[in-house]
Formats: sequence, C-alpha cells, structure tokens
Amino acid sequence: MKELLSGNVAIARGAYENGVILAAGYPGTPSTEILETLSRYEGIYSEWAPNEKVALEVGIGAAMAGARTIVTMKHVGVNVAADPLLSLAYTGVNGGLVLVSADDPGMHSSQNEQDNRYYAKFAKLAMLEPSDSQEAKDMMGLGLAISEQFDIPVMLRTTTRVAHSQSMVELGEPVAREIKPYSKDVKKNLMVPAFGRLRRISLAERMAKLAEYSENTTLNFIVPGNDKVGVITSGISFQLVREVLPDAAVLKLGMTNPLPLELIKKFAAQVETLFVVEELEPYLEEQIRMLGIKVTGKDLFPYTGEYNQGLLRRCFVEAGVLSTPTQLVDPTAGLSQAPPRPPVLCAGCPHRAVFYTLRRLKLTVTGDIGCYTLGGLPPLEGIDSCVCMGASIGMAHGIDKAVPNLKGRTVAVIGDSTFLHSGITGLLNAVYNNSDSTIIILDNRTTAMTGHQDHPATGRNLMGQVAPEVDITMLCRSLGVKRVEVVDPMDLSRLQEVIKSEINAPGPSVIIARRPCALLKREIKPAVTVNQEKCTGCKTCLKLSCPAISIIENKALVTADACVGCNLCVQVCKTGAMQGGQADA
Amino acid sequence: MLKPVDVLMVGVGGQGTILASKVLAAAAQAVGYDIKVSEIHGMAQRGGSVVTQVRLGEKVYSPLISEGEADVILAFEELEALRWLSFLKPGGTLIINNQQIYPVPVLAGVAEYPQNIIAQIQSRGVNVQVLKALEQAISCGNAKAANVVLLGALAQKLPIEEKIWRDALAATIPPRLLEVNNTAFTAGFIAGNVCAGC
Repeated sequence: MKELLSGNVAIARGAYENGVILAAGYPGTPSTEILETLSRYEGIYSEWAPNEKVALEVGIGAAMAGARTIVTMKHVGVNVAADPLLSLAYTGVNGGLVLVSADDPGMHSSQNEQDNRYYAKFAKLAMLEPSDSQEAKDMMGLGLAISEQFDIPVMLRTTTRVAHSQSMVELGEPVAREIKPYSKDVKKNLMVPAFGRLRRISLAERMAKLAEYSENTTLNFIVPGNDKVGVITSGISFQLVREVLPDAAVLKLGMTNPLPLELIKKFAAQVETLFVVEELEPYLEEQIRMLGIKVTGKDLFPYTGEYNQGLLRRCFVEAGVLSTPTQLVDPTAGLSQAPPRPPVLCAGCPHRAVFYTLRRLKLTVTGDIGCYTLGGLPPLEGIDSCVCMGASIGMAHGIDKAVPNLKGRTVAVIGDSTFLHSGITGLLNAVYNNSDSTIIILDNRTTAMTGHQDHPATGRNLMGQVAPEVDITMLCRSLGVKRVEVVDPMDLSRLQEVIKSEINAPGPSVIIARRPCALLKREIKPAVTVNQEKCTGCKTCLKLSCPAISIIENKALVTADACVGCNLCVQVCKTGAMQGGQADA
Repeated sequence: MLKPVDVLMVGVGGQGTILASKVLAAAAQAVGYDIKVSEIHGMAQRGGSVVTQVRLGEKVYSPLISEGEADVILAFEELEALRWLSFLKPGGTLIINNQQIYPVPVLAGVAEYPQNIIAQIQSRGVNVQVLKALEQAISCGNAKAANVVLLGALAQKLPIEEKIWRDALAATIPPRLLEVNNTAFTAGFIAGNVCAGC
C-alpha cells in the first residue's frame, strides 16, 4: 500500500518497520515530527531528552546494550551532541544506531545553515542522504543494518525539503523487535587512552570496509543519459537535476560518507563535462577535486540558500548547457510592492509584556532561541542578541564582568525549555563566579516554537504519561541563586518593578515570568474595545506589536476576531481609551 | 498520461492552507497522480506568510515550484496573491479570496497595504477569479471553511471528478465538520464554474 508521507513521517515509519526499540531526541525544526510520529507506534519507547547531548547518550547506551536506536535533532543540535558523537565512532555499536541530522539550507527556522555532512567526515560516521520520502524510509532501515554490519553509527542527513516534503511511500510490515546479546567488552566500550588507540585503528579498518561497501551499494547509482553532460549530486538536488536536465547522465550518491571514489572516477571518465550540484558547502566537490578530476561546482552554483529548478536552469544557461529561454513578460512589473509579513508573537502571548518592558527600561538584553526571539524585531526591539541555545546567560555574565557601564543594565532572557536544555550550567557559572547579572526565565510551560512539545517542567512526557515536574524556582535556588522572583508578566507594573529592583541588586537574580503560552491554554476573554473620545492616536499601543491592534484614521482599532482579551494594551494606554472586557485575573 | 499540474497555495498562518493541500493530495492520489507537496513549518506559523506547493503528474521529481511555473495560484488573501504572483505561469489562473489581513508592519503604520490589488493584477492581463470565500463560508455555517470554498473553485480547474473530491473531503475532514465543508465546497464549485470565463 502506498501513502503520501513527509520525509519525517517516513523516517519514523522506517524505524518502526525495522525493529527500532528506543527513540530519543530534542525538538528542532525540521526534525521534530519524527519522534512525535514514533511516539504513536506501539512497542517503541520514545522520549524527549532535555538536550541533544543527553538524547544521543541515551541512544548510545541502548545501542551498546543491543537495541536498535534512532536519535533525532536539527543540524545545530548535532553541535550540542558532538562530544559523545566523536567518540561513538570509536566504540561503535551493538544494536544499530541512526542519528538523524535535519539541516536547514536557507534558514527557514534556524540561526545558521551549517552543512552537517562535514560531521560525518569529521567524526567518521557512515552517512546516507535521502532525496524523497521513499528513500528516507528505506535508508532508515538500511542505516540500521549498515550500523550493525560495520559496527559504526550512521548519520541520516536530511534537509528541510526532504524532511517537510511529502511524496508517495510503499509501506511494509514491521520485523520482530529483537535485542542483541550484550557482553561486557571494555576494549571496545571503555575509551581510556590505551583502548582508544586500539579503537582508532579499528575505526580506520571499519571505514576502509565501508568505502568498499560504498563502491558496490545500490545507494550509489548512475542514471544513464547523454554523456556530453554528467552531474554528480545527492539529496534533494538529485530531484532538481532530474527535472532540469532530464537527458543528462547523473551519478546519484545516496551514501555520501565514505564516498565511492572509484565509481566517481569511472563516471567522470565517461562524461565530457562534469558538474557537481550540492546545496551549501562544496563537500562532494572538494573530495572529487582531490581525485584530480576537473569539475564545475561552486564557481557556478551558489554557496548559500536553497536551490530550486529556476536557479539551476539559470546556472546551466550560464554554463552553456541549456539555451537561453525566451524572455517572459513579468506579470508583476509595475504592480505595488508587497510589504513583508514577518511572523509575530501571537495575540495574548505572555512574552510581549516582557519585551515591551525591557525596551522601555532601555536595557541591554542577551536573548536565546525560541518564539521569543521574535521579541527582537520592530516595534518591540527588546533583544540585542541571539547566538545559540543557552547562550543568553553566559553572555550576560560576560558583559557584567567585563564592561562596567553596562553592569546593572543587562539582562538575559531565556525560555523554560531552553533553560532546561542548556541554561542551567550558565546559571551555575553565574552563581559560582559571583555574577551580578539578572536572568529572566520566560516560563510559558512548553516548547512553543516547535509546536508545543513537553519538557521536564511540564509534567508530561513524549509518551503522554504523567511525569515528575521539575520546580524551576527550587532548581535555581539549589544552584545557589538567592534572589528568585516569580511574576505574572501580564501584570505590567509589577513586572517592571521587579526587573528594576533585581538589576540593581547585588548577586545573580532570577525572575521567572510565568504564564502559559497563549496557544496552549486558549482562554479567550472578551475583546478590548476603544473609547473613541479618549483615544488621542498616540500610538503607544502599537509598540506592543500586537496583531489585533491597528490605527485607523488616527484612532486605535482592536480587531475583535484577533483579540483574546489579554488586556495588556489596557495597561499600556495612557489615556484610558482601551477598555478591557473584564479584569485580567 | 496525466498532464502535470502545479498548484501554489498561499495565505497567512492559520488560514487552513495545509488542510486544503491534504484534500487536494487525497483527490489527486485517487486519480493516480504522482504527488509531491512541500510546506514550511516553524517560524512561518506565527502569523507569517505561508505557502504550500502541490505538484501533480505522471512522475514528479522536485517538490518545489519555481517562478513562472504554477498552473494555478490559490490565494487565501489578497496581499499574499500579490507577493507570489511571479510564480504564476503565463496563461495560468489566479483564484483569489477577496480577504485582506493586515501584516504587522501595516498595523504599526510603517508600511502600506497596497490599494486595489485585484484590479492591479487584472490590469496585467492575468486570468483572475475572485471569490468571497470568507463570506460564503460564514453563510455555510463556519468561517473556518473558507479554505474549502476556495478548494471548490480550484476543483473546476483540475481534471478530477466531483465524486472523487467528495470522497477526499470525507477522508480528510472530521465527520462532525463534514457537512458544513461539503456545503462550502459546493459554494466554491458553483462560484468557480460561473466565473470560468472571466
């Protein structure tokens, strides 16, 4: 039976059909749906770990003990998991382990567009790259088999357009879930220097065997065509090339570490002009050039962003492979410019109050990763920086220690899920090193940005079970923070008062701004109305960046359909024109 | 041989483009099309501009539609129609819902919502069908069914029989909402037909 599945759902299906026993990960676009889908299959244990490093370590334990395992994360999550990953290739596995790295060319929902294929080369992993959902499912199964056969972790590397595109997939029946026997083997699994050196040699041998496998596997194949133009490609680029150059000979690489060097040489010898088409870095190109093969790659195709057929067509026209198309009349010439429609914090979002206040107080704000990063955009403009998960706390401490005139003028802002992911150690450091910094934890009781996943402070786990709920206040106190205040961010005057007092207090302070995500607890109260006589059109309410508020003919207008009655604008309005339906309890 | 069709669905986060693409995919699958659907999650959901790309054919390679290649653009909102218009193929059809949702830069007074978008696009000689999908959905009993009104108009453009669309709706939409959505589909189907020559 065939079904239309996204790459992520297909990967989950592949794990289900191929005997996976344990699945772990941390949410991150475009990887999140894999574990969400797996959690609905009977017989598979799945969990959200607090971060990617822990998720991978959970997976390593399960695989060492003999269970087939999948670990999922977005590309930048692999940075967090890199420490265990780089020694995992040394120890190898017992039950198969597949690490899904979901990359995001074009940065649809990420802070960078790093090319994680280099991780496979760096850490010495086998790497598979699917180009559609059927391949995603098949490679998941094959990845587990390769992992076991060659005693190596396998990276299944996807990109947004593979993870989030749907295509037809033939479903199969699940095999029996079996746990391989475990026996203690310290020379394999205990990485002290003496054993590490042995495993380093073993790793070179395993990679040599994998290179041989790569030459012969059907994952790497040649699509015959007109040999005037040959293209080497992998992943989603394969699909684009097939559409743009239907007659060209194509070497499609499904296994991209180690590369089939002999197959590449053979293909290069049979074609007149050779191109390599790959998004992001010249990962294939560099290795092809090292073989002394003349190839056109990044001197023609862009280093950044996603590719599409139009872009590739233009490049191949430039290279003289395609003829210049007849100039089309641009239907948009002379039309009005479309103003941007950036994503915004939702109506009723509790983060809005915090950024409005921080901006008013003119503080320097180190930010973090989550919906609240949107609080840095105009007109809220309440954040100065966003680097990576957990960075806000360390950065605020660094400013506090190094720059006297920003001391007492800087706060870190971090979400609850992000704090539990990698903020705890930053806070511990602030305490240990006598920081005077102030940390605001935006506790909206969920991992909102990626679609409301549970985490250790929500009281539920991925399997839908009731789970112990970490008390963030007690956690901060136990780390040694003496000043911990909990506020409701929707109480604007108290929020401002607490922030003012904590930035001036000595020692580290934590302010927990607690209110559930507006999408999580949809309590729609009566919409705010505007008293036309009192409204002076001063536009103070616009500074909230609320999607329900606009100014029409110099008077504020609250769109009743969009307003959820959070009453923040009522608190901000200087003339009393904004009238709440009822007091915000 | 099934003729390839590329449909771009554009709108604002929360307007139901994803559900509409699911119904279309289910109907296309029943006819035997190969299908690829591509959409973006994450940041785009927070009230941003959203686009779902649906490609149908005997064999579909890329999941993406390039500029100047869409046979039909199904626009759930006027400004989004303008934003994505360059993706329409010469001779293609723009089905547009006459709804305006102001983006935050417009609400904040730092940008202007363009005037007379539909008339502007029509003046370029583009084949445009205008629908009052929101009003029709409300009169059918549920404002949220505007997406299915639009789908009804789209159905007139595709070689898929009405019965197959009805089955696709039944397979995709929860039973308690099916009746109102069937009514909404009919409203769009009729509007799309009446408007066929315009």
